[in-house]
Amino acid sequence: MSAQPDLLYSEEEEALRAAVRDLLTDHCDPAGVIARTESDAPHDRALWKSLTEGMGLAGLLVPEEYGGQGATHRETAVVLEELGRSVAPVPYLTSAVVATEALLDCAAGDLLAELATGRRVGVLAVALHLAPGAAFTPVRLEGGALHGELTGIADAAAADLLLVPADDGGLYAVRAGDATVTPLTSLDLTRPLATVTLAGAPGRRLGDAEPAVRRALRAGAGLLAAEQLGLADWTLTETVRYLKDRKQFNRPVGGFQALKHRLAQMWLETVHLRAAARNAADALSTGQDTEVAVAVAQAYAAPVAVRAAEEALQLHGGLGMTWEHPVHLYLKRAKADSLAYGTAGAHRAALAGLVELPAP
Amino acid sequence: MTDAAELRRRTQEFLAAHPPASTARTDFLRARFDAGLAWVHFPEGLGGLGLPRTLQPVVDAELAAAGAPDNDPRRIGIGLGMAAPTILQYGTEEQKRRFLRPLWTGEEVWCQLFSEPGAGSDLAALGTRAVRDGDTWVVDGQKVWTSSAHLARWAILIARTDPDVPKHRGITYFLCDMTDPGVEVRPLRQITGEAEFNEVFLTGVRIPDDRRLGEVGDGWRVAQTTLNNERVAIGGRRLPREGGMIGPAARTWRERPELRTHDLHQRLLTLWVEAEVARLTGERLGQQLAAGHPGPEGAGMKLAFARLNQEISGLEVELRGAEGLLYDDWTMRRPELVDFTGRDAGYRYLRSKGNSIEGGTSEVLLNIVAERVLGLPAEPRTDKDVAWKDLAR
Repeated sequence: MSAQPDLLYSEEEEALRAAVRDLLTDHCDPAGVIARTESDAPHDRALWKSLTEGMGLAGLLVPEEYGGQGATHRETAVVLEELGRSVAPVPYLTSAVVATEALLDCAAGDLLAELATGRRVGVLAVALHLAPGAAFTPVRLEGGALHGELTGIADAAAADLLLVPADDGGLYAVRAGDATVTPLTSLDLTRPLATVTLAGAPGRRLGDAEPAVRRALRAGAGLLAAEQLGLADWTLTETVRYLKDRKQFNRPVGGFQALKHRLAQMWLETVHLRAAARNAADALSTGQDTEVAVAVAQAYAAPVAVRAAEEALQLHGGLGMTWEHPVHLYLKRAKADSLAYGTAGAHRAALAGLVELPAP
Repeated sequence: MTDAAELRRRTQEFLAAHPPASTARTDFLRARFDAGLAWVHFPEGLGGLGLPRTLQPVVDAELAAAGAPDNDPRRIGIGLGMAAPTILQYGTEEQKRRFLRPLWTGEEVWCQLFSEPGAGSDLAALGTRAVRDGDTWVVDGQKVWTSSAHLARWAILIARTDPDVPKHRGITYFLCDMTDPGVEVRPLRQITGEAEFNEVFLTGVRIPDDRRLGEVGDGWRVAQTTLNNERVAIGGRRLPREGGMIGPAARTWRERPELRTHDLHQRLLTLWVEAEVARLTGERLGQQLAAGHPGPEGAGMKLAFARLNQEISGLEVELRGAEGLLYDDWTMRRPELVDFTGRDAGYRYLRSKGNSIEGGTSEVLLNIVAERVLGLPAEPRTDKDVAWKDLAR
């Protein structure tokens, strides 16, 4: 470790946050998100268009020479915090971060340019629950075409481009139209999974799968912490607001000490999560101490975000159990996020090696 | 004089006139105070130059490079961190001139006579009485958890001067002479076996009215300056990785492979992550302060470190297996300095139990976060309009 990480938000990052939040406030209200989860179009295409074609956010990690913004993981993390606060049903983490990182590793300039515009959505066809460095399932390469079934692929239903690892060790670009994508009934309704079936699909070899997948999942894990921070921040803010307003026993419920202490604890954990998430984003952008920073962030973020959503549900009482109130969206996303890109336990196991605290 | 270069030049001139190698320690420290290089943010004539506090490191770096003696700040922390800012804000000119110089040089050690057996979290309910007798006050009562009382020449003291008004309004702040024959200091032995702290019994202690700090009945407000400075001192520490209580536990894990179990491994990694995130949170708080944007995060740092210190040291006792059943030393000792990471795991386990009590209990701090940071309703107050003498006790 050399220089200290920059754990603050710059003025530009705060301006970006304000712009994204304004857009989400106007175009991603909780009732609309809930209604969409049971429609034929779980992904919000119009919102995606505003975020990408309107604001250029899909290209933050893409160099300017490929039509991107040439920004860093720090700005991308700010966007993810806001998307998390709204449980926005858009394929941002999967396309603008994970697939984009895989393409950056393969230096696939033309495809990066397509994803940077947001007019095309790319998805890495690796199961969502896998941690960086975990073994992933490849498809068969036979006679120059790809065959096999990959399951648990997040946002595949929204994808135009699939990045598929094959058994020759290569990562292949496959047009979604050449694959069969079958939606799965998913715990997280706002980031649905699907099974991808390839039956002799044509693919273009982009490079080696192993390093590209590792890099993509590491960035995904690190920036997922920013989304988890956004989830925790919304559940805390909304629960505090509700408990100031809600009256029982002739008092605001938020005045009872047992509940105040739980909310103060949630606040404390959220403050800590902010430092961990900022550290991971900064480490990804500088390349310093990245593996430790990402593993620490994921080992910490997952239980905090889940606990925040669980507390929010409990403290909303019966209202929290209704389909109508959005807290369930946050609980489902937080619980799914606790598995995405590796569990807290998987990241702790990685740390055991990274910081020399070996298992017995 | 406005900038760091000028201050550096002034420090170098001071060093040339008072070479550390050939100047006695006390003489050097007195001269440094008189040159305004003690605490540059204090006024001229009181050890400072009226400069921003952020320039102090310029002086300290020059002096350290020259091998100059310091005033051993850890030994006189209560004087420097709590008594001095309060005397500066509320003291008369005569009080400031009399007390600040020997306080800063360490020639006179200070202690704090605030907590009482009957007034812990509810400090404002304190019952030590001060009764006026002409130009002096006569003080009777008992104080507790007083660090350095056995070393101290002076104390900052709050006492009740009017029992007939609500508790916050009847308190007055004094500077108490610890050599008064009515002051009795007894060691307060704690669960670790040693006695860092004292009980102080005050029996007919006479304090001249010119050692009152602030107005009669305004002592609670004066004490807020003292207590706010205590919280500044506790929060916002910046540490290297493994810089806190996790350090010794991690070293034990690395050096003693025969002690490792799967259960302990999972718990150690979980705590290592939490310690690292707490460290990053402190680092972020430090960066916010340095950028001039202090956040409310400071309110939570003490809460986090108290719990972590307790859990980590508890784990380390288990990690040590059969050795965890032993203890290094129960001898009643009087340590001058306390090192939370010093001594054995058993000591750390027991000493860290105090971390969630001293300087504000974790329960009170959670209330403070809930009310001041989150804006939740305050606890119901049944004591607001009741005279102190009529409070339940």
